[in-house]
Order: sequence, then structure tokens, then C-alpha cells
Amino acid sequence: MNMIEVNGLTKRYGNVLALSAVSFSVAEGELFGLIGPDGAGKTTLFRLLATLLNADEGTATVNGFDVVKDYKSIRNCVGYMPGKFSLYPDLSVKENVDFFAALFGVTLEENYDLIAPIYKQIEPFKDRRAGKLSGGMKQKLALCCALIHKPKVLFLDEPTTGVDAVSRSEFWDMLSNLKQKGITMLVSTPYMDEASRCDRIALCNEGKILCIDAPANLTKNFDTPLYALAADDMFALLNAVRSIPNMGDVYPFGEFHHLFSHSELDCGKVSDELSKKGCNNLTIKKIEPTIEDVFIKLMNNE
Amino acid sequence: MGTLRVLLEKEITQIRRNPILPRIFVAMPIALMLVIPWITTMDVNDVKVAIVDNDCSSVSQRITSHVKGSTYFSFRGNATDYQSAQSALESGEIDVIILIPNGFERNLSSQQPKPIDLTANAVNATKGSLGMQYVMQTTIKAIGEIQQEKGLNPTSSDVIAIKYFYNETLNYQHYMIPALMIIVLLLICCFIPALNIVSEKESGTIEQINVTPVSRLSFTLAKLIPFWIIGIIVLSIAMLLAWLVYGLTPTGSLGAIYLGAALFVVTMSGFGVAVANISDTMQQAIFVMFFFVMIFMLMSGLLTPLTSMPQWAQDVTYLFPPRYFVKIMRAVYLKGATIAEIKMEYICLACAAVVFNTLATLTYKKQS
Repeated sequence: MNMIEVNGLTKRYGNVLALSAVSFSVAEGELFGLIGPDGAGKTTLFRLLATLLNADEGTATVNGFDVVKDYKSIRNCVGYMPGKFSLYPDLSVKENVDFFAALFGVTLEENYDLIAPIYKQIEPFKDRRAGKLSGGMKQKLALCCALIHKPKVLFLDEPTTGVDAVSRSEFWDMLSNLKQKGITMLVSTPYMDEASRCDRIALCNEGKILCIDAPANLTKNFDTPLYALAADDMFALLNAVRSIPNMGDVYPFGEFHHLFSHSELDCGKVSDELSKKGCNNLTIKKIEPTIEDVFIKLMNNE
Repeated sequence: MGTLRVLLEKEITQIRRNPILPRIFVAMPIALMLVIPWITTMDVNDVKVAIVDNDCSSVSQRITSHVKGSTYFSFRGNATDYQSAQSALESGEIDVIILIPNGFERNLSSQQPKPIDLTANAVNATKGSLGMQYVMQTTIKAIGEIQQEKGLNPTSSDVIAIKYFYNETLNYQHYMIPALMIIVLLLICCFIPALNIVSEKESGTIEQINVTPVSRLSFTLAKLIPFWIIGIIVLSIAMLLAWLVYGLTPTGSLGAIYLGAALFVVTMSGFGVAVANISDTMQQAIFVMFFFVMIFMLMSGLLTPLTSMPQWAQDVTYLFPPRYFVKIMRAVYLKGATIAEIKMEYICLACAAVVFNTLATLTYKKQS
């Protein structure tokens, strides 16, 4: 059985189309990532699945329950961690955990095993007010509170946004541990480099899902020759490449420009041509695609 | 029920931890009861009187000594002429001028004595008219004494006996105190829980609660119950202070007051929750609330009597629940009314409680 089943969900805010006929499914025990920039509709999707919003069109089920009809059953079996820290800042760490446990009629002790690896990290600060915790600690506390009732499905809306690189990596380790315990997870993130930590990902943009696959398959099936280019004057290089007809699309990409070529290139020939156009110290090399390249290509095909 | 207990414990912890609220709950009744009755008084005293004595007779001296002796007046001396007295009146140094004409005493026994002129500054209408009344009574009394000593028929001053019912000494403080108690309840039970709910919206914590199986009713009740209890405790403190400081105790039963107060807090908190439901931010909630609370304060007979409003305004006030509670508080506190005697007010307040809380429930449902 699929834990999450989404069929043609559409949501409008006035004239703005936040979600446009989105469909996908997440298997039991899967770690599913929603990858996309701000405004892709990720949060709206979470709010629909967490029964905080109603869709205009389409249906969705979580753990076999309909998000509209059986919303009460869903609230018993899902954990939701919103993008914004939303625990009580004036309650202590332990009080927050105990409070959310009590709302579900459980105790911290009962489900201690599940959250222990995470809770142990914040336990030294258990009497500190939640509002006084550091960003990474807040995330851990929020995860504890979302897990305290042993949910079958966990919704994590941009859990790593605004968290330092080390804590981000730690956080994904925690999610991998939870996966071992059979919890189905739907995670969104704007960071493309986190995509590889998911079993499958959906790349989304402007309310649509561009494609769904395992991250490895997405890069493996990328059939466009991809080249990285660099020169002394990067801006001039960009213009130079764009001025050559039939080269393909080129984008700035950190310290290199990425060229999505129409065909295999003869690097030497291209290098000569660009040097003639005034690009000094030119580097050009064929590279393996990343998820971000896949995303950019899909976005341009739209 | 278990969930409600958990929620209540959390609310009480949060209220206790709040750096300001618990102090305000203690400070507010004390400040309102100890300070406000002395400053928002409409009692007229310290009427500044100047006398232009053109007669220089025993009558004019008697009038002067009566004015000096009265606690209502502060005597500002004899003016040499009416002109200078009038300019003092214009500049606000004096409130009332008594002009005693030349030959007043001589003409007293005659059929047509020259009249005494009284001039009052009526910019402050209450002070002007009441001050004038007091001056008139004092003057007539002084003249009457002289007439009696001379064996003349006294001018009519003692033929009318005045008695003020329910507040015999015309003590404005006694009129204000029940009103101040209502303001305290209004602020604690209407404002604070509503702002509390909106703050959970602003901080996003309400989302986290909404994905749990907690029902909205429990959530809202947990917000209201602590403030109902605090409201009633604060009312009791205020009543205690009214007794200790002003010697004012309810003439009617405490039960009648607490029943009215209970209905009132339930009504007003329902109103507060409805406002909280339609507001997304504190700013919106505060402004909407302020708008209504201002109207409630000015149009419920809290500060000025309903009967002096135009008829259409009086009709509108039937829509405002504080109107009924103001009536109940004054009737029970000052007149000793029983519940049976003012049962219409209780019934109306109970209906208002149902209406406002239904409104609160309906606005809540619209959110999802």
C-alpha cells in the first residue's frame, strides 16, 4: 500500500495557482524529497496533506485516509514539522515534548526509543526555554515533538533551511535512522545537494512536478552532453558562448559556466573559437550532471 | 477532558511565565480602584466664588461668611467692581460672581427688593450649573437667616426638601466604582484571551496544535477558562477595595453580582474569540477590539447615563451586552435589586452570551 497517494491536487490563492494538478505516490517506509525553489508550492502541498488546508480539486490519501473526510484519523498518525519554528518559546524543552506527548495521550517514556538518538542531543538543555535554543537545537526539538506520538508518516517542510552545513548533514543522518524504523517521510528542501539523501525525489517548480525518480536515475538518464567552462573574464565568456550559434544553453554555475550542449563537442575546437573571441586562460571540460543540472534542463523544457 | 487539562496546565504555565501579565492582574484593580474614583469625579466642589459687595451690610457679610464656611466653595475675595470680577471670570480665576446691589438690605423688608445678580462660567456645564445651584441655595439660606432674625417672613428656601435616593450624598465615586469593575472585567476577559489566540497564530504554534487531534473547542476553552477565573478573582479584589477604601458594599446580594459577572465574562470572551478568529495579526485584533470596546464604554451607560442619549442611540444600545451588565451592577450595588427584579437584564445577557459564542464558533469553522 502507498502511504501517501496524491491525485491531481490543485490549489489556488485568488488568481495565483499554487499547485497545478499534482500527482504522486510515496511507498511505505520511503524517504521522498520534494525539491524545488521558493514558490514551487511545497508548503501548500504539506498543508494540504497535513489537513490544514482544503484543495480546490483533486484528492489525496495519507495512510489510506482521505485528507478531507478522514482528517481526524490523519491527525493521529502523522507528524508535521512546519518550515517555521512553531513550538512554545516560553516553555522549556522538556515541557514542549511532554505537552505534545500529552496531546496525543502518550508519554515521553513510552516512545523514548524512537526519539532517543535525537532527544539525547538536546537533553542537556531540557530545562532551557525553547525560545533560547540555537537554530540547530530548535530543529531537533521540533523533530522530537513531531515524532513523540510514533507517527506513521512524517512531513518535514524545509527542515534544513537556515541551518549550518554540519547540522544539515547531521539532520539527514537522523532522517536515515528514522527510515530504518519504518517511518515514511516526505521532506522538502530548496537545496539540490540534499536530494541524493532521498530514495526518490520530485523536482517541482511553479506548482508543477517536473519529474519523479530516484536521484541516481535522474543524473544517469541525463542525455545532454554537459561541459564546464571557465575563463578570466567570466561575463565575457558567457556572452561569447551565447554568441556562437547552435552551441546550446549556457548558465553561470558557481565558479564555472555549465553548457548544455546540443551535441558532443570537440573541446579543442571550441576552445580555439572562444580564444579568438577574446577569452583568456580558458578551461573547458566534460562533466557529470548534478541534480541541479537536471532541474535547470527540465525547467527550460517547460 | 484529559486534553483540556493538559492544555489548561500549559496556559497557566505560560501566564505565570509571562513577565507582565500576572503583575497587571494585581496592579489593574488596585490602580483603577484607588486612583480613578478620585480623578474621574463629577462631584462639584471647589467652586471659586468672588463677591462684589456694593451693599456692605450685615446681609452681605452674612452671605460672605456662608460662602467662606462652605466646603463646596473657595472664596476668592471681594472684588471692587463687577468689571474686574468679570475679567477674572473670563480668565478662569473664578467660577461664580455674586453681585450684591447697593441698598439690598434696606430694600429687604420692602415688597420689591433689588435682586442679587449671580454670574457663572458655564464652559464646564456641570460645574457651572451645579455651582450656580449651590451658590443660590447658600445665598437664600443666608438671607433667610437675617430675615428670621428681623422677624420677617423668610423667602422660600426651606419649603422644598431635597432627598437623593440610592446615593444620598450624591457621591460620584459610588456611581463610578461599579463602572470601573466592569472595565476591569472587559479588559481581562475580552482583550487578553483574544490577543493570546492571535499571538499563537502569529507565532505559528496554532498550526502545530491544529495537526494534533485536539479539538478546537478544547483549545479555545483552555484559552478562556483561566481568564474567566482571573476575571472573577480580580472583580473580588476590586469589590474588597471598594469596601475598604470607599466603604461601598453591594446593597443587593453577592450572588446577583457574581451571576451577572459570570454571564458577562462568557459573553465578552466569546466576542473576543470571534475577533481573534477573523484577525491574522495582533495589530488587526487590537484595532478591531479597541473600536468595539470604545463604543461599549461610551454607549453602555458606563460613564454617562443612557437616558440622556437621543432615542435612536438608546435603541442601538440594546445590541451592546455591556449595557445589561452596567444596569445589573448599578442596580444591585446601589439600589439593592434582586435577580427577580431585573431578570430581563439577566435574560438579555444570557442571550448575548449565546449569540456571541455562536459567532465565535462559526468564525472558527470558516478557517479551514
